[in-house]
Amino acid sequence: MASAHDDSHKKWGSWLQHHFQEPVQQFETAKLGMWLFLAQEVLFFSGLFVAYGVYRTAYPEAFEAGSAQLNRIIGGFNTCVLLVSSFTAAMAVRSAQLGKKNQVSLNLVITIVCAFAFLVVKYFEYSEKFEHGLLPGNHFAPHMAEIHNWVEGATGPVTEMPAKTHVFFGIYFCLTGLHGIHVAIGIGVLIWILARNMRGEFSKDYWTPVDIVALYWHLVDLVWIYLFPLLYLI
Amino acid sequence: MTTQTTTHAAGSTAHGHGEVDYIRENTSPLSWIVTLDHKRLGILYLVSTLTMFMVGGVYALLIRTELLTPGRTIMDPDTYNKVFTLHGAIMVFLFIIPSVPAALGNFFLPIMLGAKDVAFPRLNLMSFYVYVLGAIFALVSIFTNSIDTGWTFYTPYSQTTSTATISMTLAVFILGFSSILTGVNFMATVHKLRAPGLHWKRLPLFVWGIYATAVIQVLATPVLAITLLMLLMEKVLSIGWFDPRLGGDPVLFQHFFWFYSHPAVYIMILPGMAVVNEIIATFSRRKIFGYMFVAMSSVALALLGFLVWGHHMFVAGMSEYATMVFSALTFFVAIPSGVKVFNWVATLYNGSVSFQSPMLYALAFIVLFTIGGLTGLFLGTLSVDVHLHDTYFVVAHFHYVMVGGTVIGFIGGLHYWWPKMTGKMYSEKIARIAFVFIFIGFNMTFLTQFVLGSQGMPRRYYDYLDHFQPLHGFSSVGAYVLGVGFSIMLGMFIYSLFKGEKAPPNPWGSAGFEWATSSPPIMHNFHGTPVIHRGPYDYHLATEAELFDGFPEDLPATAKPAAAKPAAKQAPEPEPAKAAAPAPASREEEE
Ligand SMILES: [Cu+2]
Repeated sequence: MASAHDDSHKKWGSWLQHHFQEPVQQFETAKLGMWLFLAQEVLFFSGLFVAYGVYRTAYPEAFEAGSAQLNRIIGGFNTCVLLVSSFTAAMAVRSAQLGKKNQVSLNLVITIVCAFAFLVVKYFEYSEKFEHGLLPGNHFAPHMAEIHNWVEGATGPVTEMPAKTHVFFGIYFCLTGLHGIHVAIGIGVLIWILARNMRGEFSKDYWTPVDIVALYWHLVDLVWIYLFPLLYLI
Repeated sequence: MTTQTTTHAAGSTAHGHGEVDYIRENTSPLSWIVTLDHKRLGILYLVSTLTMFMVGGVYALLIRTELLTPGRTIMDPDTYNKVFTLHGAIMVFLFIIPSVPAALGNFFLPIMLGAKDVAFPRLNLMSFYVYVLGAIFALVSIFTNSIDTGWTFYTPYSQTTSTATISMTLAVFILGFSSILTGVNFMATVHKLRAPGLHWKRLPLFVWGIYATAVIQVLATPVLAITLLMLLMEKVLSIGWFDPRLGGDPVLFQHFFWFYSHPAVYIMILPGMAVVNEIIATFSRRKIFGYMFVAMSSVALALLGFLVWGHHMFVAGMSEYATMVFSALTFFVAIPSGVKVFNWVATLYNGSVSFQSPMLYALAFIVLFTIGGLTGLFLGTLSVDVHLHDTYFVVAHFHYVMVGGTVIGFIGGLHYWWPKMTGKMYSEKIARIAFVFIFIGFNMTFLTQFVLGSQGMPRRYYDYLDHFQPLHGFSSVGAYVLGVGFSIMLGMFIYSLFKGEKAPPNPWGSAGFEWATSSPPIMHNFHGTPVIHRGPYDYHLATEAELFDGFPEDLPATAKPAAAKPAAKQAPEPEPAKAAAPAPASREEEE
């Protein structure tokens, strides 16, 4: 095993780092590292999800009223955008495995465009909330004329929102904001991978970074898959 | 045979006889600043954490000096609040958490695995600089109005205090990510970079301990990160999750905080235990008794640690039923802890025990950790905790585990591995003198505090009743003795760097894998890739040459590799195919 070592490094490209014996070891290590990082990410978000659970139980009517102010159509559209981007990210990995450089680039570009689209939509959603005074905590000052009635069947104007609705908006902005930061970071690493692909750094033998970044992107997608129903639908 | 290095022809020309060690490989300062080598990063962490230890230690001495007499001694109450907060925050986040894993772990984990480096060397460098960034934020906080919340940042006080909570919270947030990245790196390293033949049942117990620690670092630290982020958001945006005036719940913050900070106690103690395993095996010349139980007890502690956070909140207004469950679960922690202590004692029994300075620290660890652990049971008992909560009893318990355990284990490891890391021997006589000061000083300081606490002296108080003065005074004198001990030790280590004798590869005659390479190790750790044929504590399988504690050229002729063959025959090699590899090759090269 030891004797095969130095020769194998000559056989493979400069991408095989000196402390690995062979490509498969490097690939598996990178993948394990990414999975561990994703486990960390899940726990990072967990605090906010727990806060959501605790305060939804404590103030159900506030959450119902707050949730009704979010636009399900726009949220649903963004969900679709992210699902498409996850699909193209997976396709980029497949193309990389087959060594089809141009298809990798194309799929990455679509992923990046979707990510941007998500953020643009989010920007318009946020600014609408800001304009209507639907802000977290102390800053919460809803313009009652713009508030949607959340009571089943009722249509008339609303005069007052439930007492702790500001907590809902605090959680809404923190959860979607933290997720948005993850999307922005995702755009950064996707562009980095795209640039490396254009430089021809990947091949049938070496496509680990594409796979790793795609894994991260799927997590970003997955977090939204939970956020959307929790915040918009229920 | 431990690490027969089956160097082939091409390799031996590349890594020839005269290969320089990792310190002399490149001596320019830049090569240290941007190094990807795990050994150099270990040294960088060692220097940083020891510096932080000194800073935190100075704060500790200031606290004890203020408490020499009731009322004002040297500082006003507000300063006192800041000083004890900084002592806690610096010692926990900047010293203890990175001390063993990031400093000693970085250096020895890859070597013990027979690897050339950790799984992700660049990530490793990045975690170091994230640590430095966190330290800078902490300094900014200290120089801008400091912080007086205690290291726990409890709400609502942390929301209302005018001190620099924001920069300190950010500091801890950043330091958390350094810890997470190190944990990810070490877990991947242990899973994927073990040398051929090094299966899980042969892993050194140091590796098991660091691995269990890494699991907690990866799974608990992000919860602290989000908690601190939520605290910041609360402060900046007044969201209302912790502030009762806005509908929040301060106890929720405590739940979040302790969900990290109890497991964090195991981030701190498991590495100390991990070091002690290695020392006890080496200085007893025996395999650790119940190896698999000891290894699994680390994993069990890591997992149990996630289920007991509520014992910090028995008097915070949790439901009675929750406190009962947390109390019961807390007692379970005693099982894996007991497994370790009993197995160490069983290892000593019938061992060939010698008492060099690392072993003195390991034995002190057993004694002090046992006291710290048993007093933990007092605090885990609901009715007793009501009496002892927030008294010096808690302070004493915590310091028996964290200083008597982790710091003593860390220092023991520092003595044990110093020759390997630096290539220099320190003065054994001075090391023993320092040990006596540290052991006596520590017990004077903290044994006293058990008494103070049980008599009702509350923790964190600036002032106290006159009748507590003798005990407080005694405790403060103990702290000075402890400070003298640490200073002697530090001076001894620095002196040895310049004037110490050259260290042989294996000064303690250990069978551990890390001793098979030169002192200090070469850049790639081993010539070629080591092939492992026995466990790290299999003294009955190790050859005389492997256990030789002098320089290779002084090896007696009878123990030369050729003569070592019969010894190998006596104990059949588990993997005959690999045993047939030309084992003595590397040793002949060295001669
Ligand atoms: Cu605890």
